Amino acid sequence: MLEAHQVSKQVSSPEGSLTILSDVSFRILAGDSVAVVGPSGAGKSTLLALLAGLDLPSSGHVVLNGANLSALDEDGRARLRAESVGFVFQSFHLVPSLNALENVMLPLELAGHRDARAAARGIIETVGLQDRWSHYPAQLSGGEKQRVAIARAFATEPAVLFADEPTGNLDSRTGSNVMNLMFELNRSSSTTLILVTHDSSLAERCDRILALDAGLLESDSWAAR
Amino acid sequence: MKAIVFALRGFRRELRSGEVLVLLAAVGLAVAALTAVGFLTDRIGKAVARQANEVLAADLRLRSQEQVPEEWSELAREYDLATAETMAFPSVVFAGDTSALATIKVVSSSYPLRGAVRVADTLFGEQRVVDGIPAPGDVWADGALLARVGADVGDFLAVGELDLRVSAVLTYRPDQSIGFASLAPSLLMNIDDISRSGLIGEGSRVSYALLVAGDEAAVAEFNDAIQDLLPESIRVRSQEESSARAYKAADRAQRFLSLTSIISLLLSAVAVAMSARRFAHRRMDTVALMKSLGATQGFVISVALVQLVLLGLLGVVAGSLVGFVAEDLLSRILDDLMQTDLPSPGLRPVILASGSALVLLLGFALPSLLQLRNTPPLRVLRHDAMAPAPSRILVVGMSLAAVAALLYRSVGDIRMLVILMGGIIVIAAALYLAGRGLVALIGRSRSGVGVAWRYGLANVARRGRDSAIQVVAFGLGLTVLLLLTLVRTDLLEGWQATLDEDAPNHFLINIQPHEVDSVAALFEHNGVAAPVFTPLVRARMTKINEQSVKDRDYPNEDGRWLANREANLSWAAELSSSNEILEGEWWPADYDGPPLVSIEQDSARNAGLAIGDKLLFVVAGLELTAEIASIRKINWDSFQPNFFIVLSPGALDGMPTTYISSMKIEAHEQSMLINLVRAHPSISVIDIGAILEQVRGIIEKASFAVQAVFVFTLAAGIAVLFASVQSTIDERRFESAMLRALGAPRRTVFVGVMAEFAALGLAAGILASAGASVLAAIIAVQLFELPYEFSPLLWIVGLSAGVLIVCVSGFFAARSAINAPPGDVLRTAAP
Ligand SMILES: Nc1ncnc2c1ncn2[C@@H]1O[C@H](COP(=O)(O)OP(=O)(O)OP(=O)(O)O)[C@@H](O)[C@H]1O
Ligand SMILES: [Mg+2]
Repeated sequence: MLEAHQVSKQVSSPEGSLTILSDVSFRILAGDSVAVVGPSGAGKSTLLALLAGLDLPSSGHVVLNGANLSALDEDGRARLRAESVGFVFQSFHLVPSLNALENVMLPLELAGHRDARAAARGIIETVGLQDRWSHYPAQLSGGEKQRVAIARAFATEPAVLFADEPTGNLDSRTGSNVMNLMFELNRSSSTTLILVTHDSSLAERCDRILALDAGLLESDSWAAR
Repeated sequence: MKAIVFALRGFRRELRSGEVLVLLAAVGLAVAALTAVGFLTDRIGKAVARQANEVLAADLRLRSQEQVPEEWSELAREYDLATAETMAFPSVVFAGDTSALATIKVVSSSYPLRGAVRVADTLFGEQRVVDGIPAPGDVWADGALLARVGADVGDFLAVGELDLRVSAVLTYRPDQSIGFASLAPSLLMNIDDISRSGLIGEGSRVSYALLVAGDEAAVAEFNDAIQDLLPESIRVRSQEESSARAYKAADRAQRFLSLTSIISLLLSAVAVAMSARRFAHRRMDTVALMKSLGATQGFVISVALVQLVLLGLLGVVAGSLVGFVAEDLLSRILDDLMQTDLPSPGLRPVILASGSALVLLLGFALPSLLQLRNTPPLRVLRHDAMAPAPSRILVVGMSLAAVAALLYRSVGDIRMLVILMGGIIVIAAALYLAGRGLVALIGRSRSGVGVAWRYGLANVARRGRDSAIQVVAFGLGLTVLLLLTLVRTDLLEGWQATLDEDAPNHFLINIQPHEVDSVAALFEHNGVAAPVFTPLVRARMTKINEQSVKDRDYPNEDGRWLANREANLSWAAELSSSNEILEGEWWPADYDGPPLVSIEQDSARNAGLAIGDKLLFVVAGLELTAEIASIRKINWDSFQPNFFIVLSPGALDGMPTTYISSMKIEAHEQSMLINLVRAHPSISVIDIGAILEQVRGIIEKASFAVQAVFVFTLAAGIAVLFASVQSTIDERRFESAMLRALGAPRRTVFVGVMAEFAALGLAAGILASAGASVLAAIIAVQLFELPYEFSPLLWIVGLSAGVLIVCVSGFFAARSAINAPPGDVLRTAAP
């Protein structure tokens, strides 16, 4: 489903070349939920970007849904994302000029979905925002924004969902509500979930935990369940 | 298709963001400025076209300063051509005690041969085309003339010795002069009345014409036939020649105007480029998000393009609306000025302006937008991931291409285009460097001021490039306005100041010798010193150094004409104070030798005359030979009677002479003139003061019309300011919030921000005042030959207008930063 083969990432900085990720390899099966943990600056977000094809590794390669990302051009990777990837971000990333419903419709339309509006309405209801669908991001609270983002992520029924610290900008209660919603949807749609988090209790709820430190894969452990 | 749906969605909300508004305003301003200019040029073009086809009221016109002999009209009739006779001369008409100078147009019954006269039955009434001319005893008077003397249809006007009834308001005649007809409005009268009026006497300044029209081939044949027979005193003008001249003049005016609109256009372009940069920058987050959600590069760029085009269209609509309002205003001024009423120009100027604005938008905004395509999707995770800046070559190339495309439409010639583009680049670079210099000075002056001011001045210096652009853009807008308001009045006043306080304000012409004594008596009777009467003899020069003036070669055509036409001669014992001898010597006051002559310098040059040349004049059958003794320069501003050709005393004795005179008459003495004209109807009184007043009025109105166009230039300068402030507004908000978080009161933040604008405004004001002063000096010295005088008022107004306008606009542009609450410092990027 999702494979990382000796993935490394270097960037050039004023002090010379800097290695952010080195030789990371693993394999994730369809339907698994995986937490990526590690201290700040460990390279979690970098790894996520590489797995989702937002960026390319300096060496090694990533295979997503059977396709080698390094072999695709930018538009090819975009098309692959439109078909099979969803995102939830720490800072929500809703389009400020579109209302909640339109934000959810966005990926559906990009993927060429026929009846985007009806599908988006359905999923907005699932996240409990049926009364707020016409509101603009500026009119929504953080928790509501993240619900819209989750609705948007699940709308296309993606094969893989990437979430980068989705509760990072929320208080703990709202955060856990949002996460409950996410796990629920994940289970019911059997999506593969890659979740970057600092929160160990959240990580515990996943099937598998990948721990990064200073760009190295420190441990790869399966949950006790 | 999908891209269009996307682009439309949320577009309305996008419209609220500052940079979009600035973009809209910039496009709108460009359209409005171009529409207004397009409208002006359309009016000028139409007015010329309408008149160029009729200016002669005939196919051919034979004009002379004497009555055109009967033989020519007989000849024309032999060719089966229709003929009409006309005369035109200036004269003062009276209604009761009020008087005004009019152009008396005397016509025979078949006038006009081409085109039609239009009249109205009441002042400002509905006009209609009439067939025929006023009946004997009636006149048709221009509305402006009636207004000046306070008369109406049905009233009587005193014209020479006659009292003629105004039977209609003359609204249009085909041969009225183009443009500023109001200088001496027309009075149309029947030729049968002229002999009884006493207006035509020996030496009257009448322009006679024989109009000819008919079948095209016959007109051509007739024209060929008369070419070699006509005396030089009769000039032939065909309809085509007249049209060609008129079109050429109009073409020049139109080009000038469209070039001036280029300034507004360029400023708008700068505003477009600046706001497009921010437009693209702000869309980067959305584009990165869309890409992360699977949008392709093509899709992303299509959405941005559709939005840009939509913005352009909105701007076009807004600009056209403003343009229409301007059109309405301008048409009122111009129709009044040109005394025509032209059909509205329709949509053509708007369409042209809109097309140009869209070219501009694409040329200046597209590079920034194209760059959006390369936004890395990684930006959703790392906010510092950015699209690479668009290539300089692309940015410069596209904007130059857009400007070249627009300029080409105005100049229509590659060589001119290259010169113009070169000029624009050099001037822009020079202005930019001047702007940078001023900005650097501002930066350096900050050590001596308090904290708030230091903060503001530091900001000006920190954003050096943008600050310089703002200073230049705003300065340019201010320069043209200063030029059109202050400098214009300065020049007019400067010119009037050079006129002597006691300079004559009235001319009397056509005084017969037997009237001289009674006119002088009339002056004395009214307690006014009797004026000097200058003799005038009408003569024809026939030979120069024994060679016929017809066969001679002349340095230029003006010279040929001058030598061949009937000339006004005078004689004088002493050199007039308004004259200066350049070559040769003036004769002694008691000279009584063989006739000598003194020639004005331009005439001498054009006709190729030099000291020692012998001129043969024929005056009423008598011959007179005179040798050129001196060449003079004349100061026409003196308003003294002056002559191109002046002879020595005694040379003109016994020749048919009339007299002219000039004098200063105070307002309370004006009534004397009425008695004078009543007693001596053939004497024409010309009121210079009234003419000057009218010239001033015309200049005022015309420059007001042009000013309306330049208001858009200033507005475009303000748009650049807004665009520039917009592009730094996030930074400004954050800084203000931080200053306040650190404990600065709102007032300090406010003063700091305003200090920045005050400094920018001051720099712009310096640039504008300096620019306007230099231009004014050039105009004064080169065009008007006036000494340039430093104008402190220009600098006071320039500097204070600069500071004031920039501060006010800056306040509105930056108020969200001034008011940023300190809490904002904690908030990172928006949603
Ligand atoms: N393009 C880049 N240029 C320079 N440094 C980079 C770049 N991308 C990442 N880094 C550096 O690589 C390291 C890892 O970054 P990354 O964002 O993956 O960390 P993270 O584990 O997500 O940390 P956090 O928990 O704080 O989000 C950091 O030190 C970051 O500064
Ligand atoms: Mg991170």
